[in-house]
Amino acid sequence: MQSVSAPRAGQRGLPFPMRVDAASEPPLLRLRDFSVSVQGGVPIVRGVELSVARGEAIGIVGESGCGKSITWLAALRLLGHGATTGGAVLLEGRDLTGFSERELARVRGGRIALIFQDPSSALNPVQRIGTQLAEVLRLHRGLRGEPARREALRLLDRVGIADGPRRLRQYPHEFSGGMNQRVMIALALAGEPDLLVADEPTTALDATIQAQVLDLIRDLRRETGMALVLISHDIGVVGDLCDRIAVMYAGRIVETASTQDLLARPRHPYTQGLLAALPTLDGPRRRLTPIPGTVPAPADIPPGCAFAPRCPSAIARCGEELPELAFAAQDQRAACLRLAELLPPGAEADIAAAAARHLELPA
Amino acid sequence: MTALLDVHDLARAYPVATAAGECRTLHAVDGVSFTLARGRTLGLVGESGCGKSTTAKLTLGLLPATRGRISFEGAAVTSERDRHWRSLRRRMQMVHQDPLAALDRRLPVGEQVVEPLVIHGLEAGPAARRQKALALFEAVGLRTDLFARYPHELSGGQRQRVVLARALVLGPALLVCDEPISALDVSVAAQVVNLMQDLQARFGTAYLFISHDLKVVRQIADEVAVMYLGRVVEQGPPDALFHVPAHPYTEALVSAVPTPLRGTQGRIILKGDPPNPVDRPSGCAFHPRCPRAVARCREEVPPLRPAADGRLAACHLVAAAPAAAPAATTARETP
Repeated sequence: MQSVSAPRAGQRGLPFPMRVDAASEPPLLRLRDFSVSVQGGVPIVRGVELSVARGEAIGIVGESGCGKSITWLAALRLLGHGATTGGAVLLEGRDLTGFSERELARVRGGRIALIFQDPSSALNPVQRIGTQLAEVLRLHRGLRGEPARREALRLLDRVGIADGPRRLRQYPHEFSGGMNQRVMIALALAGEPDLLVADEPTTALDATIQAQVLDLIRDLRRETGMALVLISHDIGVVGDLCDRIAVMYAGRIVETASTQDLLARPRHPYTQGLLAALPTLDGPRRRLTPIPGTVPAPADIPPGCAFAPRCPSAIARCGEELPELAFAAQDQRAACLRLAELLPPGAEADIAAAAARHLELPA
Repeated sequence: MTALLDVHDLARAYPVATAAGECRTLHAVDGVSFTLARGRTLGLVGESGCGKSTTAKLTLGLLPATRGRISFEGAAVTSERDRHWRSLRRRMQMVHQDPLAALDRRLPVGEQVVEPLVIHGLEAGPAARRQKALALFEAVGLRTDLFARYPHELSGGQRQRVVLARALVLGPALLVCDEPISALDVSVAAQVVNLMQDLQARFGTAYLFISHDLKVVRQIADEVAVMYLGRVVEQGPPDALFHVPAHPYTEALVSAVPTPLRGTQGRIILKGDPPNPVDRPSGCAFHPRCPRAVARCREEVPPLRPAADGRLAACHLVAAAPAAAPAATTARETP
């Protein structure tokens, strides 16, 4: 494995993996009570609390319309004048919501890079790939002329695009979907960001190409120590790349946990429902358990817990009281009023077994 | 027993102009054969451009085939838009990926379920037709008060239910479903998958189920055919096929399914993109991306033949079934 982008002196990225003492240093990015509303004051994202540590990979999952993309577009003020935000977006402790457009332009692409689902519409169709790469290198790294060209070739090579000199002169329509997504990744890497926000980066790609792109992102993270926010509706994709997962529903985070804990012991009924609704490739074929109903539109979010009308465990109180994210287990939090009553699946058996051991009874 | 649908050596080629201006032939589907019994489901999987959707359209007689024959309920399917073709529409229906595009936005959804009955002159009188449509609304789990609504007033899952009701109102023997749940959210997709299984049990409709999602296909299909560049490369029962793939392409497809916590271990990452069907590689079309290709794969086209456990595979490296073993019912060599 070549290590062309191994950390060099003066580069912001740190080698991976790293441990940061949470008490001494603020997280790389923190959303604090972050909310977004669109025209007419309809809230789309409500009170999101989320931290991304340096070098961490966190996945955001949820169905369409739950606010997973809007959160990150709004955090970088990419939604235009129609949207208003509340709360804070803290990049190493400094609030981006107070930044001027000029300061923010340095953050976008330089500190936080974004890649989107459809690469061919995110790239400029009338500019050569080389021109688009040169622009980012000039704006964020101050590179021009021959050094910029060398760096552009290195980036193309790094994302697995062969025949760089010829490719730099080509236009996006001359590339396949997977190749265009590689170009998008090269553009994102050009600013040497600390955080890559990837919004459904592989959804438009075929299965074998999706595997290639996920692998590329994994390798790049290992080399550069870049943190990752991966937004996807596919728990498989997110679980494949991320250390931690946040589940969103109707504009709020309803559960966060390490990937392993979330998949093995989901605590929020929505997370449990999502997992039960997914078909699998292994194990016995069982009938799927769908979640009844549909995701509410942002203008019709029910009072109390937004999931209550679809929740099999809902009680009267769920329709009135808004649950906060609460401690569920070590590094696991869930926003459910009945969290303490509803033990994770299998917990009763575990407790019974433990009790039996203590009492020396047959379990 | 004759199968409901018997497709033999189906092919469809298109003349295309290359960037250089020369005329070439694109073999979208190139010698596909399969059978489908009543009330069963055949899953067709593969990446975009492999010919899944073209196979579906050919099967329905929506496109003329370049070669091969299709027999449905014992009669040949042709693409001539004559009386015979029209009567076939009653027996074979299609469900598309995007329900909003498949529905007429200016017609109440109930009317759209009634319309096929009018076209085919079934059920006597408007009242009987409405009754029949309402029965289908009930069967697909739609509230009857949605009958007078327009497509934009419905959710994605409800729209796909309307499409299913409209397709099933004629009582077809075959439903061709092209990515029917790909546009739906996870929780709603599960509702529609379950509904399709229930409807099959209730009405005995056979499904030709096209999807790129192996997990969904495994959930719903009795038999799966994997396509690559216009040909079936492997066919067999879903569990055998996905757990112990015989063809290296199936193996790569299965291994590409993102699975939590697996990481890169044991994953096969194919190099490059699927080739352009215009420049179909010689020999086995998969050989330039195949991690196990040998010299023979470059020269000789592997036939789809029964492998040791009864499934079909088109690969030189898969051991053929012993000559004495009975061939699978669907076994048929492409000439």
